[in-house]
Amino acid sequence: MKLHPILAALRKHKAGTVLIALQIALTLAIVCNAIFIIGQRVERVNRPTGLNESNLFLISQQWVGAPSADAPDGVEKLDALQREDLAALRNLPGVASVAPINSLPLLNSSWTGSVSLKPSATIGDKTGTRTAYYFSDEQVLSTLGLKLIAGRNFNAGDVQHQGFRDSPPRPIVIVTKALADKLFPQGSAVGKVIYSDGSSSPSTIIGVVARMQTPATGSWGNDFAWYSTLVPTRMDANFARYAVRTKPGQLDATMRAVTPLLYKVNPLRVLDDNSIRPFSEIRAKAYRADKGMAVLMGVICLILIAVTAAGIVGLTSFWVGQRHRQIGVRRALGARKIDILHYFQIENLLIAGAGAVIGVVLSIGLNLWLITRYEMDRMPVLYVLVGVVAMLILGQLAVFVPARRASNVPPVSATRAA
Amino acid sequence: MFGYYFNLAMLSLKRNKVLTALMVLTIALGIGTSMTTLTVMHVLSGDPIPQKSAQLFRVRMNVFPDDAFKRGDRVPDNLTRRDAEALLHDARGDRQAAMSAGSMVVMSAQGDPLNVEARYTNADFFPMFDVPLRYGHAWSRGDDAGHAHVAVISGSLNEQLFGGADSVGKALLVGDQSLRIIGVLGDWDMNPRFYDLSNGQFGDSEDVFVPLSTALDMKLPTSGQTWCWGNNGNAHDANAPCIWLQYWAQLDTPAKAVAYRQYLQNYIALQQKAGRFTHSGQLELQDVMQWLDAKGVVPSDVRLQMWLALGFLGICLINTVGLLLAKFLRRGSELGVRRALGASRRSIFLQCLIEAGMVGMVGGVFGLVLAGLGVLLVRHQPTDYAAYIHMDLRMLLATFVLALSSSLLAGLLPAWRAMQLSPAIAIKSN
Repeated sequence: MKLHPILAALRKHKAGTVLIALQIALTLAIVCNAIFIIGQRVERVNRPTGLNESNLFLISQQWVGAPSADAPDGVEKLDALQREDLAALRNLPGVASVAPINSLPLLNSSWTGSVSLKPSATIGDKTGTRTAYYFSDEQVLSTLGLKLIAGRNFNAGDVQHQGFRDSPPRPIVIVTKALADKLFPQGSAVGKVIYSDGSSSPSTIIGVVARMQTPATGSWGNDFAWYSTLVPTRMDANFARYAVRTKPGQLDATMRAVTPLLYKVNPLRVLDDNSIRPFSEIRAKAYRADKGMAVLMGVICLILIAVTAAGIVGLTSFWVGQRHRQIGVRRALGARKIDILHYFQIENLLIAGAGAVIGVVLSIGLNLWLITRYEMDRMPVLYVLVGVVAMLILGQLAVFVPARRASNVPPVSATRAA
Repeated sequence: MFGYYFNLAMLSLKRNKVLTALMVLTIALGIGTSMTTLTVMHVLSGDPIPQKSAQLFRVRMNVFPDDAFKRGDRVPDNLTRRDAEALLHDARGDRQAAMSAGSMVVMSAQGDPLNVEARYTNADFFPMFDVPLRYGHAWSRGDDAGHAHVAVISGSLNEQLFGGADSVGKALLVGDQSLRIIGVLGDWDMNPRFYDLSNGQFGDSEDVFVPLSTALDMKLPTSGQTWCWGNNGNAHDANAPCIWLQYWAQLDTPAKAVAYRQYLQNYIALQQKAGRFTHSGQLELQDVMQWLDAKGVVPSDVRLQMWLALGFLGICLINTVGLLLAKFLRRGSELGVRRALGASRRSIFLQCLIEAGMVGMVGGVFGLVLAGLGVLLVRHQPTDYAAYIHMDLRMLLATFVLALSSSLLAGLLPAWRAMQLSPAIAIKSN
């Protein structure tokens, strides 16, 4: 079939043609970028923390009337309270292991500092990097399910305790592989010395874990999301957090047993609805905004595609009605049904194709704007290409019904008034 | 005249119900999503204290020692205790307050411990931020200086502890210490909580307010960001190298703001001369709206959603333009007859525009319903601002204006094309 008559006819419907093409272009630009954003959010939500997240829960609690960590011998008293809790929790029947810890991945409450290869490093130091500290004890690896890939675990003799605001030396640490590779790109980090938080006393790396995310999920934490450092120290303050791993299948029962047990150990504390949370809840809370955004984007994309399809159906239907008589003439002159069908299909392909070309430019432009305004990443060209194909298919699907109606116009209508 | 056009439009819209419904639905969806996101933006970017936002200034300085100073870094949000106390002592603003967030455990009458949010500040806080009091009064500057063991509590804590009765003079048990309640807040709905955005940008007011000097004496725990350089004992010591206090000044006239900026510059110069650092220091004095803007209180996701919705509305409008255009041109012969019988181009234009406007009105009404549902949906999202999203009269009005103006805009081109039809050809072609 020759394109010439189609183009000539489109020239008579400039406004309508331009509008459909523009609509397809804008739809392509928005849908491409929206799906790219959805993809990025899904990827973010699905990245593993490095923890074995099942059968794990967190207790956050606060003592009432406990001595201040600043008071003389306050730290020792607080530590005694904490050890009492730990002993009681470790004796619970469903519990596999327990570790005191200042935070967990995705908890968005972090102790962020720096590590450096030089002692007494200052802010501008280039040999170091930012890291998130986890203060815990010798059971932290088994409790969180972290995988040790080099060196050794902490043992009970390594564990110190300190007041919340003190900063004593940290003689040994375990770091994540990502942090080890960043600090020592040449090779094994085990046995090497680093300096934490601008301290002048050295910390020896005794072990490396495969992966452990930092607590922060905000964009400010993206640069060091995998740079975690574990310190064998119990933090003593008027509040404490305990991570608990239960035996398989005993999560709910153990969580229920915790509140009465801790009140029995020491009634002077605050435990409320938010104090005992399974890790799945922490994960859901950390990513709820991302999930909401992804769902919203998805819904808008679907509606957008539906609106565009409906627009194509509506406008083509009008054109078919308008050209009723011309179609009859063509049929009377020997055109087959399939010729009429193809005519409208090719017409749509031309319009959608033109729209898609503009849409590609708009998509890339929109992506560039999002990069500058919203710290978005560059969209791979694949998204745009898939989008173009999808738009062309959408056009063909939308045009099929009115085009078939056109092909069913009987030749005799050439002789009738419209 | 209008009545006649109205009837014509009704007839025309009825003739093709599916198409009319499609146009109405498209406009309604576009308006609904746009108004939902615009409402969220409107609430989040609103002025929390419109009567004073231009007179309240957040004071920020960079007086780090040289080894912690990096040129080009953002000026830190908070001040050291040393600097905050020096500025408070000079009292060059009309009013000034240093403050920190905190948390404490208070005992209810039944002996149940409650974990509450607190704010440690000084006397000027209450008049500065127009904090309403239901019972009693706030503490005085004398109480600040005298480290008085007094507290002002929120209405909701008063409800919880004392059943809403006047609790002035009663004791508030904080751990094993006690404070005397001297005031109870009225309804104070300050969102976003601009005076300290580091502890949840949206939420109810703190439950307990205590003089900063008293809180330091009692060693009450603080919350929020504390940033220290160098090793130190207690981060809250008078000379600790730690920044943790928010500082606000009230400066009633622009001239005073200029003078205050000069004063701060002099202060930094004096510190430099005293040998704390050799760099030139940094200074930031921002009023409430500048401060909110700098902190990016409107989440970028919300902005993104708004742009997405506006783009969506744009596509919906283009869709409507296309459908209206096809519709009017299809009726070329009818319009041609009207023209031939003496109707002017203007009246054809008006007739078409009224038809477009009716679609827009109905679409707007449905759009408003959708926006209402959208706002309801947003309120059920687990975000910290969800509870504060509501549609006020202005947004309601804006919805109608947006619906009507966008549908008239959409009708403009089709109506223009329809009135250009030459009557002779329009009639003859059929």
